[in-house]
Amino acid sequence: MDLDTLTGCLASSACLVTQTTSGFIIGMLLFLVAVGLTLIFGVLKVVNFSHGAFYMFGAYFAMTAYQLSGSFALAMLCGAAGTALLGLVFERVFMSRVYGADVLMQLLVCYAFVLIFDDVVRMIWGPEFKSMGMPSAFQVAPLFIAGGVVPPYYLLLIGVALSAAVILGLGLARTKVGKVIRAAAHNPGMVSALGINTGLIYGGVFALGGMLAGLAGALAAPVRSLTPGMGFSVLIESFIVTVIGGMGSILGALIGAILIGMIRSFGSLGFPLFTEGLMYLFMVIVLVSRPTGLFGKEVA
Amino acid sequence: MTRTRKPGVNRRATLAMMGAGAATLAMPWVARAQAKTIKVGMPTILSGRVAQLGTSSRNGVMIEVDKVNAAGGLAGRQIEMVIRDSKGQPQEAARVARELVNTDGCELLIDAEASSGAFAVHEVARDLGVLCIHTNSETSALTADPKQHIPNAFRTARQGVHDSIVGGSYAASISKAKGLKKWATCAPDYAYGRDTTGEFTTYLKRFAPDTEIISESWPKLFQADYTEVVTKILQAKPQALYSCLWGGDLTSYIDQANIYALFSQMEVFAVNMADYTALTVVKNLPKGIHSGNRYIKTYPATAENAAWGDAYKAKYNEYPTNWSWENATAIMLLAEASKKTNSADGKKLAEALRGLKIKSPFGADGTVTMRAEDQTLVGYAIGWGTTIPQEPYVPQVQAGDWKTIFELEAEWKKSKGYT
Repeated sequence: MDLDTLTGCLASSACLVTQTTSGFIIGMLLFLVAVGLTLIFGVLKVVNFSHGAFYMFGAYFAMTAYQLSGSFALAMLCGAAGTALLGLVFERVFMSRVYGADVLMQLLVCYAFVLIFDDVVRMIWGPEFKSMGMPSAFQVAPLFIAGGVVPPYYLLLIGVALSAAVILGLGLARTKVGKVIRAAAHNPGMVSALGINTGLIYGGVFALGGMLAGLAGALAAPVRSLTPGMGFSVLIESFIVTVIGGMGSILGALIGAILIGMIRSFGSLGFPLFTEGLMYLFMVIVLVSRPTGLFGKEVA
Repeated sequence: MTRTRKPGVNRRATLAMMGAGAATLAMPWVARAQAKTIKVGMPTILSGRVAQLGTSSRNGVMIEVDKVNAAGGLAGRQIEMVIRDSKGQPQEAARVARELVNTDGCELLIDAEASSGAFAVHEVARDLGVLCIHTNSETSALTADPKQHIPNAFRTARQGVHDSIVGGSYAASISKAKGLKKWATCAPDYAYGRDTTGEFTTYLKRFAPDTEIISESWPKLFQADYTEVVTKILQAKPQALYSCLWGGDLTSYIDQANIYALFSQMEVFAVNMADYTALTVVKNLPKGIHSGNRYIKTYPATAENAAWGDAYKAKYNEYPTNWSWENATAIMLLAEASKKTNSADGKKLAEALRGLKIKSPFGADGTVTMRAEDQTLVGYAIGWGTTIPQEPYVPQVQAGDWKTIFELEAEWKKSKGYT
């Protein structure tokens, strides 16, 4: 335990700015993965254990697009669009067959695809780790805000993720499609009886979830190494986020992800040997005091 | 063995026969010892995040096995490699090793596991008595600790304590020249990371007593994001950073530290940087990272080493790794031992291996030696230098001095109570 460093940091604006942005970076990427997970659970009532694979594919798609075109924007687009398509196909062809099935069956199908997708990546891109490299536009000196260090790329990353959160939140709350999705989550039988194609909604939601995870992967590709199986570690933390925030709640995923980011960021200063443990400890505290998670009641 | 008891066979003979039968069941390789080909079992990591290293181990072995077979094999017997995936899990490595010997009839073992698995395979070798060469585990205790010592196990990997002595003395000389007093460390949180960092800082302080460690970070192995570690180190404002992160973890770390301009704010010593797997992957490799040599075809700067690296590249379309040369060395040593004894018998080979010195492209002076006392490889090329982002990647390597290594290693062993 190193509380002096932690209190010293809290007293210094430079340290506060650096660590807070650091927490946001970790949190926002987690949010993009976790929100897809929570959305899919909220509407489809399926815990998509293979969600990490979409994060992985997003990163690989982005890297390939970037290598072929040299355009960072196109790389992001390919990462997101590619995984959306993959999500749609995966849901229609495989997941849709196990909706009524036992939870264990769903878990088995998902886990099978964790392994299959990892092997597919291995076959296409090889088993060795890869790096996409930072686009030259972002290879600039970091900004100094109130003495704290903030890399420009991370500002973009936080911006994109926050915009995604806002668009998603407003889209679900205010648009007709959003209302239909919420209705489908609440009572799919009734929605179907009203002549709405629920299969399309399910496929769409899965594609959306996949797309968000793919976007996270694409955004992470310039700064994280790409390996088959890279989705798994992210998945575990995303589960923690959704459990803390409440399964099915988008706001919960956002708050949960930022909290985890901050715990990691400030925890590494104050409790360098217990940073991982802090996350789980926090999850336990939340679960004991609010078993449905912080915002678990929003979606029934 | 026959199971029918003939009349007239006395009790003693029956017991002897039963004993022989039991031994045959327990040690099937004895029964098959005269087969024409000799099977060599090799558990290694062929899936998961470090699969690339396992594959490069296999390649390193195969390039030499092909040569040995073309030249007539081990004492006239062609080598047949039986290579199995352990997935990097110790219990799986032990199971695979046992199966390779007992079921597949392998007479020798090449243990191409990381340290976690190597200790498990070591116990199998202890139990079965089969000749086993550890090719990848760098954890010093595997051979330095007399409790681990068994006559049938050898190591052709470099050793953590050797690296730390050379790294510590190199870092201390840079430290003194540039006045680097405040150091930070960042290492993966498992046995290798902890031990290696501990040994490095011990020797750094020994050679440069006025240095101090002001910040330590222990990210977990295979962590995806190091941002909090990077910013923590930036807050501590050290003058130098030591890291033994490796592979994809190291390249991730460099990418993430790069955008915080960390490399312009301190001298970075990353022992595992100068390995082609990392060097060729990082797109924006900062200039001037200090690194130990892992495998690099320009060090030792000999025609033999360059030729070996190029032949490997020509065959497998990628450069060798640290694990490649360590595995190739195992086969080279076996071939030489078999020549000396004109035998492929594990016991005889083990006898010949002890103290065996062979010509090697990877030797500091063109030779490497299997030291008799603790059955581990010494005399291999070991040095540090700074990296540049294109070939030859480490243009100048400052060689470690084996005389100093031996002295300090002996002292270290004593301090650990090993001698």
